[in-house]
Parts: sequence; C-alpha cells; structure tokens
Amino acid sequence: MSTAAAHGRPTERRSDLRFRIGLNVRAVFGRAYPRVIGANREPSWIFFEVFLPLLGIAAYVFIYQSFGLAAIAQGKDPATVAAQTNALVATVVLGGTMVAFWLNVLWSMASQLYWEKEIGNLQIYMMAPMSRMSLLAGMAVGGMFMTSVRALSTLVAGIVVFGVIFQVANPWLLLAVFFVTLLALYGMGMMFASLYLLWGREAWNLSALLEEPIFFSSGMYFPAGGLLQPALAPWGTAVAIAGSIVPAMLGLDALRQLTIPGPAPFPIIPDPVIELELLLVLAVAFLLLARFALAYLEKLAKREGKLTSRHQ
Amino acid sequence: MNTFWKTFKVAAWLGWEMDSNWTEPWLFIVYSIIKPIAATFILVLMYVVFAAIGRFNAGPLFDFMYVGNAFFIFVGSTLFGTFQVIQSDREWYQTIRYIYISPISFYVYVMGRAVSKILVSAFAVVITLLFGMYVLNPAVQITLTWSEIPMLAAGLLLGLFCLLAIGITLGGVTFLMARHTQTLAEAVPGIFYVFCGVLFPLTILPGWLMDVGKAIPLTYWFELSRRVLLSPADQAAIAPLTGLGTFSDLTILGFLIVSGVAFFVLSIGVFKLGEYLARKAGKIDMTTSY
Repeated sequence: MSTAAAHGRPTERRSDLRFRIGLNVRAVFGRAYPRVIGANREPSWIFFEVFLPLLGIAAYVFIYQSFGLAAIAQGKDPATVAAQTNALVATVVLGGTMVAFWLNVLWSMASQLYWEKEIGNLQIYMMAPMSRMSLLAGMAVGGMFMTSVRALSTLVAGIVVFGVIFQVANPWLLLAVFFVTLLALYGMGMMFASLYLLWGREAWNLSALLEEPIFFSSGMYFPAGGLLQPALAPWGTAVAIAGSIVPAMLGLDALRQLTIPGPAPFPIIPDPVIELELLLVLAVAFLLLARFALAYLEKLAKREGKLTSRHQ
Repeated sequence: MNTFWKTFKVAAWLGWEMDSNWTEPWLFIVYSIIKPIAATFILVLMYVVFAAIGRFNAGPLFDFMYVGNAFFIFVGSTLFGTFQVIQSDREWYQTIRYIYISPISFYVYVMGRAVSKILVSAFAVVITLLFGMYVLNPAVQITLTWSEIPMLAAGLLLGLFCLLAIGITLGGVTFLMARHTQTLAEAVPGIFYVFCGVLFPLTILPGWLMDVGKAIPLTYWFELSRRVLLSPADQAAIAPLTGLGTFSDLTILGFLIVSGVAFFVLSIGVFKLGEYLARKAGKIDMTTSY
C-alpha cells in the first residue's frame, strides 16, 4: 500500500482544472523564487547589474553632448541644440532600460533551458508534472524583477545625473505599452528557449550575436526612424523592417513618443496606439509560437537523444 | 620558463578551439565581423540622426569616434576573454578542478585562453577600419605611412599587454563571483568607454572625471592610435579638445610601458589574492545555477 493510500488520500492522479491551475501557478512562483532569493543571497549582482551598466549608457549620453557642443561651436542656437540634445539623451536613457530587459531575455530566458541542460536540471524539469510554459513564465517573472531594478536605476540616473526631462501625457497608454512590450519580449525569449535547446552550443554564440546587432536594428541608442533617412536607403529601411520583429523597437519607439517633451525625433510609426496594437499581435504570436516550439522541440530533442546530452 | 610557454601555447590553442569549433569557419568569420560592425553602426546612426536634426557637420569628431570605437573592439573581447575563463571552466564545463590541480601556472593558462580572443578581435578591428575608409560615405579620413607603422605597432603591443593585465586583475575577482561574467564583460568596458575618451574627447567630461581618464593607461593607447591613423586635418581639429595635446608620442609610449609593468604586477597580486580567498571559502569549483 502506498504512503498516500495509507494516510487515506486518493492515489489516482488528479487532472481537474482547478488542480492544474494551482499546480502551474505554484510552478511559476517556484521558479521565480530562486531568481529573486538567489540574487539577494549573492548581492554582488547589484554592483555589476545596476551600477556598471550605467557607465556604458553614460558614454552614449556624452557622445550626444559632445555633438551638442560642436553644434553650438558651429553657431547653432544654444536653446534649440539643448532641446535636441535632451530629446536624444532621453532616447539613450529609455534605450538603456530596454537593453537591460533584452539582455535578460537573451541570457536568462533564451539560454536558460540550454543552461539547465548543461548543469543537469533539465531532466528533472521534464519529469515534473507542470507545464513547461509555467516554468518559463516563472523564469520571466523572476528575471523581470531583477532587471526592473537595473532599468529603474537607469531611468533615475538619466533624470538625476544627466538632467533628462520626461513629460508623460498619457500614463495609462504608457503603462500598457511598457507591459505589452515586456510580454512580447519575454514571449520571444520563451520561443528562443526551446530553439536554443535544439541548437545546443550554438545558442551561446547566438545570444552573443543578438546583442549589438539588435541594439542597432532596434534603435536602442538612437531614434529608430533614423534608419529610414534617405541617405541610408535602401538598406536602412531593410534593417528597420527586420528590427521591428524584435518587440523592443516598437515598444521603445512608442515609449519615446509618450515621454519625450515635444515631438519625439524620427519616430518609426508616429502613432503609439498603432504600435501598441502591433505589440499585442507580436505578444500573442510569440507566446503561441513558444508553446508550439516547446512541445515540438522537446519531442525532437528526446527522439534525437539530445535532451540530457551536455556540451553539444 | 619552458613550462610557462608550453602552457601559454596550449591554452591559446584550446581557447581558439573552444571559440571556433561550434560552427563552420565561414560562419565563425561572419559572427566575428557582424558584432563589431553593428556596434559601429550604432555610432554612425547616432551621428546621422543628430546631423539630420540639427543640420550640422562634425566630420573630425565623427572620425575621432569611429577610430576610437574600432580599437575599443579589443577592449571588449580581451576583457571578456579573461573574465569568462574561470567561470566557463568552473560553471559550464566544470573542469576547473582538473586544470587547477595540474602542474601549470593558472595565471599563464588564463592569459593564453584570452589571446585567441585578441586574434579574432584584431581581424574585426581591421575590417571595421577598412569599412570606414572604403564603404562609409563620407569616408573616415584614415592615413597611415610606412614610417608610422613602428609607432602604431609599439602602441598596439603595449596597449594590449596593459589590457590583458587589467583583464586578469579583474578576472581574479571572478574567482569569488557567481556566474555574472556576461554582465561583468558588458559593464566593465563601460568604465573605459566613458573615461578613456574612446567616443568623445576627454574635455567633454567634468574636471575630476577627466583626471580619472588621464590615470587610465588605455586613454593614452587610444590617443596614440588616433594620432597615427587620423588625417592631419582631423588631428588639427581635434587636438585642442583631447586634453592630451601636451604629451609627445614618445611620452605616451613611456606611460604605456610604465603602466603595463604596474598592471602586470597588480594582476599577479590580485589574481593570487582572489585565488587564495576562493580556496579559503571553498569557492574554487562552485556552481551557481539560479
């Protein structure tokens, strides 16, 4: 007689909706927990994740400021140059916050299942009864918490240290754009997670490859509409179209239009509501693709015997 | 000395194999080029956008930024090359305990592993500079005469030596860290990005921050490289802004020699200290997987 039966509990496997929802919610919290608690037990990440990245952003801010000084030296109106510089510095600061989330998606979402395989946890996850999507959602929630600290510190540094002025006209739309962008980004991360599982070692290099090229094609440090300048045609337009697949571009563009005082320079689509709608489409598409990819590639990895093989 | 050289050679070969054997050679070359070119294009677009809004032209400033950014490729790769050795061997491959107990110098092993990254980044630097000269419009004004090559080569060797020593100094710290190498590799170069006048002249920085920049040897390496490579017209326009105009080329070379030796000694000290503290805390072969 099993222990459960001996204690008078039913031994059959439960599969009712309430139980499954509860199980998956617990899985989300269970996977988010070590990310948050683990981070607190090893506080060095605050220095490396929060303080040091600000310096990289500061470099881009100083570039715009040096351009501003050069423009004034060429006789341009100082007030106009100051407004222009503020808009571009705000562009960098907002881009810096999005970079934090993108790096988290790459290194702590997309690469994570591969990492789990490398350290031998993946087989344990696969045997557990919850949905793999819950597992990935837990990673996303925990990752978002850690990354939000970095993103927030970037924003505060932008305002306090670099004197950036933001003006929020429509806070609800701003919040909607922000959260839908995160949903779409992490949905993309979930989809990548299953692909990375299949690609093995190439995944690590792919994550590294998706840094600077995505910073560029998504316009993290300059208004993405700059890619549509006639001087850069036709390749600039091609890069912009390719870049818009990554939700960061549309999300950032909308956030910039909703927070920069006056007209934001070179928007890619001059209506944030349309961008929000497109982001919603991307979010749904990536989450669905993630679900299909995860199921398919798990089966494929099992069939090819790659699910537990390390260093391949 | 023979053991050191053998360790260095084998570690460099191992580093190259580990970096490149995941894919076909052509894909590895594309991979090695795309990243730095994309990073350069971020700067190109920043300039294009500012120039388009403000209708201004600052060619020399752009050339200054372009060449600085090209040489900065060395910084990111070399630092990542040194940071990631300890953590990848410890957390990913979990081979650090075997390498650590083998009869080699672990310091030389780390240095050797980083060298393969330098070789790949040298290729990317050359591609980036050629791209600026022959593809960008307007082209970056780069001139190099035969007589300037020894100065460029001496600066490059000393600069890379300094960089490697700085990397190993900071790499010693990773003995004690959880697996945040990627963040570290992204964040630490940010310090040099801001303070070394890579993308903008030092005089843009507030006074005391400019002094910080002047205390970092890499600042002088970037300055020397630009003096050799930029056209005389660009140099004349930029020289008053760099804050380093009073130093001759030879003085800068002297600074690089002195600071290279100083960082080499420091790197040995910090590496040994990190190693000692990690052994004491039982962290030499820890794995952190959250």
